[in-house]
Amino acid sequence: MRSFSTARVLLFALGVIVLASFLPLGVSGYILGLLTIAYYFGVFAMSWDLLFGFAGEVNFGPTFLIGTGAYAAGILDNLYQLPIWICLVAGALAAVIGGVVLALPALRVRGPYFGLTTLVAVLMLQNFIVVAAGLTGGEIGLVVPDVISVSDTTNYEIALWFMAISGAILFSLSRSPVGLILQASGQDAVQAGALGFNVTKHKLAAFIISAFFSGLAGALMVFYLGTASVGTLVDITVGVQIIIAAVLGGRRTILGAVLGAIFLIAMSEALRPLGDLSNFVVFAIALIVVLLFPNGLLGLLTGTKENI
Amino acid sequence: MLFWQILIDGFAISSLYALGATGFALIFGVSGVLNLSHGALMVAAVVAAWAAGAHLHAGPYAGAALGVAIGFSTSLLTYFVIVRPLQHSRKIREEEKEIFILTATLLWGIMIQELIAYLYTNNAKTVAPIVEGVVWIVGVRTPSNEIFTAVVCWLVIGLLWLLVNRTRAGKAVLAASMNPRGVTLLGIELSQVYIAVWAIYGVLVGIAGVLLGMFLGVSSYSVGPLTASAFAIVVLGGLGSVSGALIAAYVVGYLETMTAYLISPAYRTIPALLLVVAVMYVRPRGLLGRR
Repeated sequence: MRSFSTARVLLFALGVIVLASFLPLGVSGYILGLLTIAYYFGVFAMSWDLLFGFAGEVNFGPTFLIGTGAYAAGILDNLYQLPIWICLVAGALAAVIGGVVLALPALRVRGPYFGLTTLVAVLMLQNFIVVAAGLTGGEIGLVVPDVISVSDTTNYEIALWFMAISGAILFSLSRSPVGLILQASGQDAVQAGALGFNVTKHKLAAFIISAFFSGLAGALMVFYLGTASVGTLVDITVGVQIIIAAVLGGRRTILGAVLGAIFLIAMSEALRPLGDLSNFVVFAIALIVVLLFPNGLLGLLTGTKENI
Repeated sequence: MLFWQILIDGFAISSLYALGATGFALIFGVSGVLNLSHGALMVAAVVAAWAAGAHLHAGPYAGAALGVAIGFSTSLLTYFVIVRPLQHSRKIREEEKEIFILTATLLWGIMIQELIAYLYTNNAKTVAPIVEGVVWIVGVRTPSNEIFTAVVCWLVIGLLWLLVNRTRAGKAVLAASMNPRGVTLLGIELSQVYIAVWAIYGVLVGIAGVLLGMFLGVSSYSVGPLTASAFAIVVLGGLGSVSGALIAAYVVGYLETMTAYLISPAYRTIPALLLVVAVMYVRPRGLLGRR
C-alpha cells in the first residue's frame, strides 16, 4: 500500500467511484438503498480510522459524534423547518463541538482511560435522548419532516460522492506530513513533542476533522432515512459495527474502512436467511478476522506486512 | 425512613457491584487485560441459572450452581480463545495488543449477547431467589434476598482476600500483579497464574451474575451497561486496585440509589457517569490507583 503514491491511489479510487456511479443503471432500488447506508457507514469508519489508526486514540464512542450531528440536524429541522443545508451545517458544527469536548479528556488521559470516557460519552448522549423525549423523540425516535430526495438514485449518488470527497480529504490528510505527525504523536507523544511537534494541536485537529465528517454523515443519514433513532445512530452496537468495519478493512489505511463497511453490510444482507442469528455470524466472522488477520482486508489484498 | 431505605437498598446494590468489579480489577491488575465482555459473561451466567429453572425445572440451588459453572467456563473460554492468542500473536505489534484485546473482547461480548437474544429472546429474566420472604429493618420492608445478596458478596470477597493473601497460589497471583518478571525468576509459570486468575474471575462473575439475576433480573440489553458500570467502578477506584474498586463500588452504588430515590429512576446512571468523567479529569489514576 505504502509503495503506491497518494495521487495514484486516489486516481484508482476515482475510477472505482465513477464505475460505481453507473450502478443505478443496472441494479434494483433495494440494493442501492443498502449501498447508500454502506457508504455513510464507510465515512463513519474512515473518520474513526483517522482517530484510532493515526492519532492512536481508542474511541469507543464514534456514535457520540455521529449522534450529536444527526440529532442536532434533525431537531433543528423538526422544530423550525429550516432548509436542509442549514441543518446539515448545524449538525456538522454540533459534532465538531462534540469532538472538542471529547478531545479534552483525550489530551489528559490515555489508552483504556480514554476509551472509557468515550464509552461514557455515548451512554450520556443515549440517556439524554431518552430523558429529553419531548425534544428528541426519546426511544421511539425523531421523525424529520424533510428528506433530501425520495429517489433511490439521487440518494445513492449523494452518498457515493459524499463518501468519495470525504475519503479523498481524509486519505490525503493521512498521507500528508500532518498525518505522519499524528501517527508519531499516537505512537509516542513524548518523543513527538521532543521533536518539536505540537502534539496537542495535531490531536485536537484530528478530533475536529473526525467529528466534522462523522457529524455531517450522521446528519445526511437522518435526511436520507427520514428518522433519527438511538438504535440506528447512537447505540454502542452501532459504534462497534463502525469499529469492526474499520478493523476489518485494515487499520491505518483510511480507504480500507470503506471496504470494511461495504463488506459488513453485504454480509448482513447475505446472511439474512439466518434470521436473528445473522448478527451473531457477522460478529463471529469479524472476530476471526481480528484474531487471524489483524491487518484486515486491505492487508490481505495487497499482501503487505506491517513494517515494524 | 427514606434515609434508611436508601442506606439498605444502596448497600445491597453496592455489594453486588463490588463483587462484579473485583473480578474485573483482578484480571486487569494481574494480566493487564480489560475484559470488555464482562457484562456478557455475567448475563450468560444469569441466563443459564434462569434456563435451568424455567426449562429444566431445577431448584434454585441447582440453577445457581449451573449459572456459576457457565460463568466459570465462559471465562476460561474467553481467555483461551480470545485473550491468549492475541497476547501471543506475532502479527500484532506489542503496543497495539491492548487495543486489539479491547476490540476482540468487545466483539466476543456482543456475540454472546446476540446468541442469548437468539436462543432466549431479549426479554428480562429473573432467577428464582434462594431466600424468599421479607424482613423489617428499622421500619424498612426489606426482601430477605437483599440481605442474602450482601452477605454472599462479602463472604466471597472475604474468601478471595484470604485466597490471595494467605495461600501460596494466591501470593503468586499477588506477586504477578506487582512484578511479572520477578515471578518468573522465582520459577513460577506465569501462564499458570493467568489461568488461575481467569478461573477465579469466572467464579466471581458467575456468582455476581446469579445474585444479580435473583435481585434485579437482566436481559441481553444489560450487557453494555453492566460492562460500563464495572469499567467505571474500576477506573474510579484506580485500575488494578481491588480495594479501590471496593470503595468505588459503594460510591457508585449509593450515588445511583440516591438518584433513583430522590430525583427519578430515569436519571439513575447519570450522576455516577458524570463523577467518573470528573475524576478522570482531576485524578486520572483514580482513588487508589498505582499509576
